[in-house]
Amino acid sequence: MGFLKLFSKPAVVPRALLRLPTGSFTLDRSGRVVVTTLPSSFPAELVLEIGDHILGTFRDAQTAQLPLDELVVYYPALKITARELRGGAIVYFSPQTLTSPVKQP
Amino acid sequence: METRHKILLLDDDPDLLDIYREILGQLPSLPDIRTATTGGRAMAMLEAEPFTLLICDLKMPKMDGLQVLSIVRRKYPELRTVVLTSMADEQFRSRVYALGVDLYWQKPGSDSEIKMFLECLESLLGRESGSGFRGVQSKSLVDIVQLECISQSSSVLRITNGPLSGRIWINSGELIDAETDGLRGEEAFQRILAWKAGSFESLPEEPSRARTIFKSYNALLLESAQALDELRGAPTPASDANNQTPPAPPSGLGELVQVEGVEFVLTARTAPGGAVESRGLDNPDRLATWTRQSTERFRTLADRLQAGPLEQISGLGPQRHVTVAHRHDSEICVGWLHSLSVEEVREQMKKVLALWAS
Repeated sequence: MGFLKLFSKPAVVPRALLRLPTGSFTLDRSGRVVVTTLPSSFPAELVLEIGDHILGTFRDAQTAQLPLDELVVYYPALKITARELRGGAIVYFSPQTLTSPVKQP
Repeated sequence: METRHKILLLDDDPDLLDIYREILGQLPSLPDIRTATTGGRAMAMLEAEPFTLLICDLKMPKMDGLQVLSIVRRKYPELRTVVLTSMADEQFRSRVYALGVDLYWQKPGSDSEIKMFLECLESLLGRESGSGFRGVQSKSLVDIVQLECISQSSSVLRITNGPLSGRIWINSGELIDAETDGLRGEEAFQRILAWKAGSFESLPEEPSRARTIFKSYNALLLESAQALDELRGAPTPASDANNQTPPAPPSGLGELVQVEGVEFVLTARTAPGGAVESRGLDNPDRLATWTRQSTERFRTLADRLQAGPLEQISGLGPQRHVTVAHRHDSEICVGWLHSLSVEEVREQMKKVLALWAS
């Protein structure tokens, strides 16, 4: 009957790793974070780096004559959605965990 | 000299790890078995020494199995990966296989299931690395068709390559029909043969299937090989001399722009100034620059976030949508009709990527 144990899940204290947060932040046109709902444990410099990439991508798209209102960046474990806001942007984080909904084709 | 395979077991339950270790000790190849209780520890172990196989639980605190696997699949593409979980949900199974995991297995609960599980693991350990079709690794589809025909088999081969699928009918060693994506006969056969990888299964024969192919399989395979050579185009300068320069981005963009909803397609070598090809664009250079910049930005970010490799970037605009993806040393940027929704774009992009990979 030892295999019944296969389905049990005791709580385990994990090692510290970067946890992908759920939340959003808003950037002004100079890349400063105006508002954020991300947890304070998420590194601020990483927020700025993400913001920098997002704003840069929107700006470069304009230069390439491809104006964009929204960007969605897909990673296996995270989806980042960014909406353009008059030169700034609002950025949403959606970690793709086992409980995330999956669209069926 | 044969080296002993090394297996890394990852589960947050130490008791389970002990049980697994005992079970895997029955494998005929007597692998060296190591264990880790967190994703971080597993990563450190993979970094420190090479492993043949990672067996991973899905439901773990903080860094769950999907996160671990998405990183592992990118950093160690040669590592075989198995998910062992108590979750029977088909959605999880699809998502795990979409990551490129070799095997998704529900935790065995009986002796016979354990025996089957061990057989699968032994087969995985013995498999040679490289491309090919799931189930017959290192074999191209041409090899598989030849094997079926030479052995005078009667069967239906169902081939799946991402969102694309096709069937080839073989009766008594003769190719009689093929079908994929609205095509039939020789045309469908050649299209299917252009796929480099995927999965296939052998279905029961269908003797009543109407015959549309009348050429011998040898003649058809030869024609397909010639067509593929032509499609891959002229060699790049110096590429043949020492075989050090990677080949040009795949051509055949004409096929990609035929996917429903596509306005334009652009492929570009990742290196600045690298070859650019496009269909449906007047001035591709600016877009090529943007494509390279965007993939570079978000691929760098992937490493910092530990969120797995960049899959794709979608941009929604007032005039058109675009999707950017990366493969090996090339990027692809696809323009879509504005009328498509985000989800439709994502689904159609799967088709484009499968065709591009072929």
